[in-house]
Amino acid sequence: MSRVTLLALQVLVAIICIALWQLLSTVPVFGKILLPPFFFSNPIDVFEQIVKWFASGVIWKHLWITLVESILAFVIGSLGGVLIGFWFARQPLVAAVFDPYVKMVNALPRVVLAPIFALWLGLGIWSKVALGVTLVFFIVFFNVYQGVKEVSRTVLDNGRMLGMSEGQLMRHVYWPSALSWMFSSLHTSVGFAVVGAVVGEYLGSAAGLGYLIQQAEGVFDVAGVFAGMFVLSAFVILIDFGVTLVERRLLVWRPAVDGRG
Amino acid sequence: MTTPTAVALEDAKVAFRLGDGRVYTAVEKAHLRVGQGEFVAIVGPTGCGKSTLLNVAAGLLKPAAGSVKIFDRPLVGLNRDAGYLFQADALFPWKTALDNVAIGLEIQGTPRAEALPQSQKWLTSVGLGAFAGRYPHMLSGGQRKRVALAQVLIRDPKILLMDEPFGPLDAQTRQVMGNLLLDLWNADRKAVLFVTHDLEEAIALADRVVIMSAGPSSRIIGDWRVSLPRPRDIFEVRLDKEFHALHREIWSVLKDEVMKGYAQSTHAAEAV
Repeated sequence: MSRVTLLALQVLVAIICIALWQLLSTVPVFGKILLPPFFFSNPIDVFEQIVKWFASGVIWKHLWITLVESILAFVIGSLGGVLIGFWFARQPLVAAVFDPYVKMVNALPRVVLAPIFALWLGLGIWSKVALGVTLVFFIVFFNVYQGVKEVSRTVLDNGRMLGMSEGQLMRHVYWPSALSWMFSSLHTSVGFAVVGAVVGEYLGSAAGLGYLIQQAEGVFDVAGVFAGMFVLSAFVILIDFGVTLVERRLLVWRPAVDGRG
Repeated sequence: MTTPTAVALEDAKVAFRLGDGRVYTAVEKAHLRVGQGEFVAIVGPTGCGKSTLLNVAAGLLKPAAGSVKIFDRPLVGLNRDAGYLFQADALFPWKTALDNVAIGLEIQGTPRAEALPQSQKWLTSVGLGAFAGRYPHMLSGGQRKRVALAQVLIRDPKILLMDEPFGPLDAQTRQVMGNLLLDLWNADRKAVLFVTHDLEEAIALADRVVIMSAGPSSRIIGDWRVSLPRPRDIFEVRLDKEFHALHREIWSVLKDEVMKGYAQSTHAAEAV
C-alpha cells in the first residue's frame, strides 16, 4: 500500500468517527439523542474550545509546564536508571540484596505515591517530576541492567584479547550496549514521563494539561475535558515523533527491524 | 629446526567443573609447540576441545595442569603477544568498520588521528577500502571476517590464534579468505595456530597439521608436516598429488576419531 493511500485511510477513520459523533449528539434517532450533549459534548464545541485556548494563548503556559515536567522527569529518571542499572549489573551481590525491594517498589501503583509527593514537594512542578521519575527510572533501570548483562561473550573476549582494560571495556563495550537497550525503550520511557506529569497535575496543581482537564471536569465542562484530551494526544504524538528522529540518529548501527527506520 | 618457540603447551590439561559438581576433562596431556613463523593447524572431530586448547594459548582459559609458555616465558593472564580471530561475530556492532579496526591501536594509546589512516590502510589491504563507513550489520559474513582480520592484524601481534574463523562462511568465500590470509601471512610470517574441522583447509594453509582425538579427555594423536611449496594458492594446491597423498594419510587416522566423536554425540543426545 502506498503512503498516500495509507494516509488517506487513516484520515478517513478520523472523519468517520467525528462525523458519527457529531450526528449522534445532535440528530435524534427514533426521537432520542443517543449521545446527550451534557455527557458527550460535540465535535464543534470541542473544536471551538481548542481554538479559543490557542487564540487567547492560555494553552501555551499549560503546555510549557507539562513539557518541562516531562523533560525533567525523563532526564532525572534516566540518569538514575543508568547509574543504578550499571552498578547493579557490575555488582551481582548488590543486585541480589536489593532485588526483592526493587520488585516491591516497581509493583507499587505509582498513583498512590502522588499524594505523598504533593505533601513532600508541594503543588509545584517537582511533585509531578517526582511521579514521572518513579515511572521512568524503572524502565531505564531494567533496560540498562539487561543491556550490561547481555553483552555478547565473544565481543567481550574480543575486547580483552585486543588489550582493553576494565575501564576501556566499560567505555567501548558495556556502555554502548547498555545505551542501545536504553534507547530502544525511549518511546516507552518518554511516554511514561508525560503520564507521570499529567497524572500529577490532575491530582493537584495550578497549571499544566492535567490541571486544565481537571478544572473542566470540576464544572462539568465536557467540551473542555475532550479538548484537553485532544491537545494532550497531539502533544504526545509530537513528542513521540521527536523521539523517533533522535532514535534514528543514535541507533544507525542497528539493523532495521521489520523494514522500518 | 632451531627456530625460537612462539607457543609451547606442555602436558596441558583442561578441565571444567560441571553444574552437578562432576569434573569434565576436555583435553589431557596436550603437548604442542609452534615455532616462530610457523603455521600450525589443529584438526579434530566436533567437541574434541580444539577451541579449548586455543583459549588456553590465548590465556582466556587456565590449564588445570601443565604449563603454557609464550616465547619461553610462562603465560600469566591474557596472552598479550597474540591476536585472536573468533569463530562467532566479535566486531563491535556500534562501531563502523573503520572504527572497529582503529580501536586496536587506540587501546594502546595511539591518537585517533593517527589510528584512522592506518585503519583505512588495513581495510584496503583486506579489500574493504570502500566499506570503511559501514556498520557490521551492513556487511556480509565474509566482509565481517575481513574486518575482524584487519582488527587483529593492525596491532601487529607476534602470534595469531584463529578459532575456525571461516567456519560460518560458504565454501567459495572460505577459499577466498584462505588465500587472503596466506597473502597477509606471507608478508611477515607470524606464528599461527589455526583451529578447523576441515582437513582440506588445514593442509592447504598450514606447515603442520595436528590431529586431536575425540573428546572427552582428548589428546593430540598425530602431527604431520606439510611440505607443499609456498607461496600457495588454495585453489591450485588442492589439485596437487602430494596434497592428495597427505590427505589420504591423515584422513585414515582422523576418520576413526570423527566416527567416535559422532557416536558419542549421538549417545549423549539419546541419554538426554
